[in-house]
Amino acid sequence: MRKQIEGSRAVAEAVALARPEVICAYPISPQTHIVEGLGELVKSGKIAPCEFVNVESEFAAMSVAIGASAAGARAYTATASQGLLFMAEAVYNASGLGLPIVMTLANRAIGAPINIWNDHSDSMSQRDCGWIQLFAAHNQEALDLHIQAFKLAEELSMPVMVCMDGFILTHAVEGIDMPTQDEVDAFLPPYEPRQVLDPAEPVSIGAMVGPEAFMEVRYLAHAKQTVALERIPEIAAEFCDRFGRNTGGLVRSYHCDDAETIVVALGSVIGTLRETVEELRRDGMKIGVLGISSFRPFPLAAVREVLQGAKRVVVLEKSFSVGLGGVVSTDVRLALEGAPVRGYTVVAGLGGRAITRASLASTLRDAVDEKLEPLTFMDLDWRIVNRQLEREAASRRSGPIAENLLRDVGSVASKVS
Amino acid sequence: MNASIKFYQTGTFTVGNRLLSPEQRSVQASLERSNAINSGHRACQGCGEALGARYAVDAAMRAVNGQLIAANATGCLEVFSTPYPETSWQLPWIHSLFGNAAAVGTGIAAALKVKGRQDVRVIAQGGDGGTTDIGFGCLSGMFERNDDVLYLCYDNEAYMNTGVQRSSATPHAARTNTTMPVGPEPGAPFGQGKKLPLIAMAHEIPYVATATVADLHDLENKVERAMSMHGARYLHVLVPCPLGWGADSADTIKLARLARETGIFPVLEAERGEVTAVSKIRRRIPVEEYLRLQKRFAHLFGKPGHPEMVAAIQAEADRNICRFKLLDKTEAV
Repeated sequence: MRKQIEGSRAVAEAVALARPEVICAYPISPQTHIVEGLGELVKSGKIAPCEFVNVESEFAAMSVAIGASAAGARAYTATASQGLLFMAEAVYNASGLGLPIVMTLANRAIGAPINIWNDHSDSMSQRDCGWIQLFAAHNQEALDLHIQAFKLAEELSMPVMVCMDGFILTHAVEGIDMPTQDEVDAFLPPYEPRQVLDPAEPVSIGAMVGPEAFMEVRYLAHAKQTVALERIPEIAAEFCDRFGRNTGGLVRSYHCDDAETIVVALGSVIGTLRETVEELRRDGMKIGVLGISSFRPFPLAAVREVLQGAKRVVVLEKSFSVGLGGVVSTDVRLALEGAPVRGYTVVAGLGGRAITRASLASTLRDAVDEKLEPLTFMDLDWRIVNRQLEREAASRRSGPIAENLLRDVGSVASKVS
Repeated sequence: MNASIKFYQTGTFTVGNRLLSPEQRSVQASLERSNAINSGHRACQGCGEALGARYAVDAAMRAVNGQLIAANATGCLEVFSTPYPETSWQLPWIHSLFGNAAAVGTGIAAALKVKGRQDVRVIAQGGDGGTTDIGFGCLSGMFERNDDVLYLCYDNEAYMNTGVQRSSATPHAARTNTTMPVGPEPGAPFGQGKKLPLIAMAHEIPYVATATVADLHDLENKVERAMSMHGARYLHVLVPCPLGWGADSADTIKLARLARETGIFPVLEAERGEVTAVSKIRRRIPVEEYLRLQKRFAHLFGKPGHPEMVAAIQAEADRNICRFKLLDKTEAV
């Protein structure tokens, strides 16, 4: 059914169609509308049987999900930003125990300075946590990925994080195709756990493991992600057959066949990039876009296949590794090992900084003209950066950085002419 | 519920099985016993926690006809019982993290409810560190939501698993490796620490009780009582630790008994925030008798010693006796 609906509501309804049995809710912007929606659906009896637990923290949210999943229930939660960090210990625990929890991550910056707006710092901080990380480019994909995620997670007994850009997607009202319950039921079988806490067949889960087997347990988690590399496109294909929509999968390329320059990105910025690339192509530039849908497992072969024919690759990242540069870039370069392709990292959109077509077009023209630095912070306000550097050089007690910069920028009202 | 025991000898606190009616007798081993924590684990000799957990979990198993699932915090109990494949647990058991046992218990209970398996019940358990400190947030959340979990805290009054460091359950003046007996105020500082049973009561949950391994019947009865109820329940069990307390392994039971008889550890039951029963002190004992058996308090005695600290601990015990009415009416405080 076609609906005009907010991204968060679409995800809540998609999760509802997956018949979750335990939902753990803790508020944090910008995921809050999702758990609000689910709370209403559970309380009104539209999701039943289901326990909706208002927990006291994100750490508890993931811990309750762990208990529920280990007891054989389909468990779901959602978080963002600081919430993901606060639950980090339990995030690693869920994957270590092989519990197929599905979690929405409404991507948001990590403080300090505190910032509620979108970037990918939260996802990237848990890059190595052992969860599958899928990125949605638009709200229809966010919805579809949740249904695919439960299937993937439960098949592999491994948790899946569906990442969608906070506000840009979660709060955007778009036209959505909402599947029916029958369609989803036919696609997603009931959860059959590999391990379950059951008095009829007592098992110990989470025992101490020493050097004699720890590496093997970790290797098996990696092996499962390798299997996921095969299953993700297969599940996307099956989903496409049943629902008629080509969403999910490992990567998605636009105009890459003849491209000399390819921009690599994750999430909603792919939409902006596609429009930018159309514009640049009209100017005769041979340029394409590669969207990475599956960040973990990272599809090295699929990425290499698309990128290896290009002259240069620009990785557009909404996060960065302080003291190094790109996070996604590092993985992309590994995929391109030995290939004669120039690599650039463009960090953009941190903390919700708008990524405009104009800035993208200008940056990409610089790349084609070989004028781009290997690491570029797009639309960085050098004026306030340099003022702060001068301040620090001039005085030991230069004060708190963020507050100094905000004073230099001036109030929002002062800029309204 | 505590049938009074007639003591035939004066000056002793022990009572042999042969002097008790059959239903009051302790049963160490029997075919009916579930042995939920089986023999062969790696607890120290004289471990109060192993004893307390064995009786508590077995009592819970009996109370619910073996339909029990346990969530366990990281700590001594988890470590000594599970180096695989030598798991001691004869019931479905999960260890997730140090600070989340109560929340994992909540999740299990939620799953069982959805599955329509309300015959299967849930316990969560941990030491004092996992309960009063790092797991406190999850525990308080589980309490306030009144989730259907019995939480068992085995309190040995410090982080014993990591080598005896202070927790918020460590008694004043006690030596731990982070409260060394040096300086003008040796040991754990006065004026700090928390009494978790009282905090649990403040949540007005259906049932809160304390017990010690000195009275295993009382412990079993309280577990049974707790399992006859639904909602959030809390049982705080004092379990002496020979290693951490610097005590003789043979003195575990004696120390637990002295903790009660001095008034240092009040043994009580409460429902919905109100105290409903207390175990009366049979013969009041000065705290010094309890403290002197433990090397963690050795700096309080000898030369120069800290008689003012012993007096402060005595005052705390006296306050407990007064506050919880631990003496029979016939004996004045």
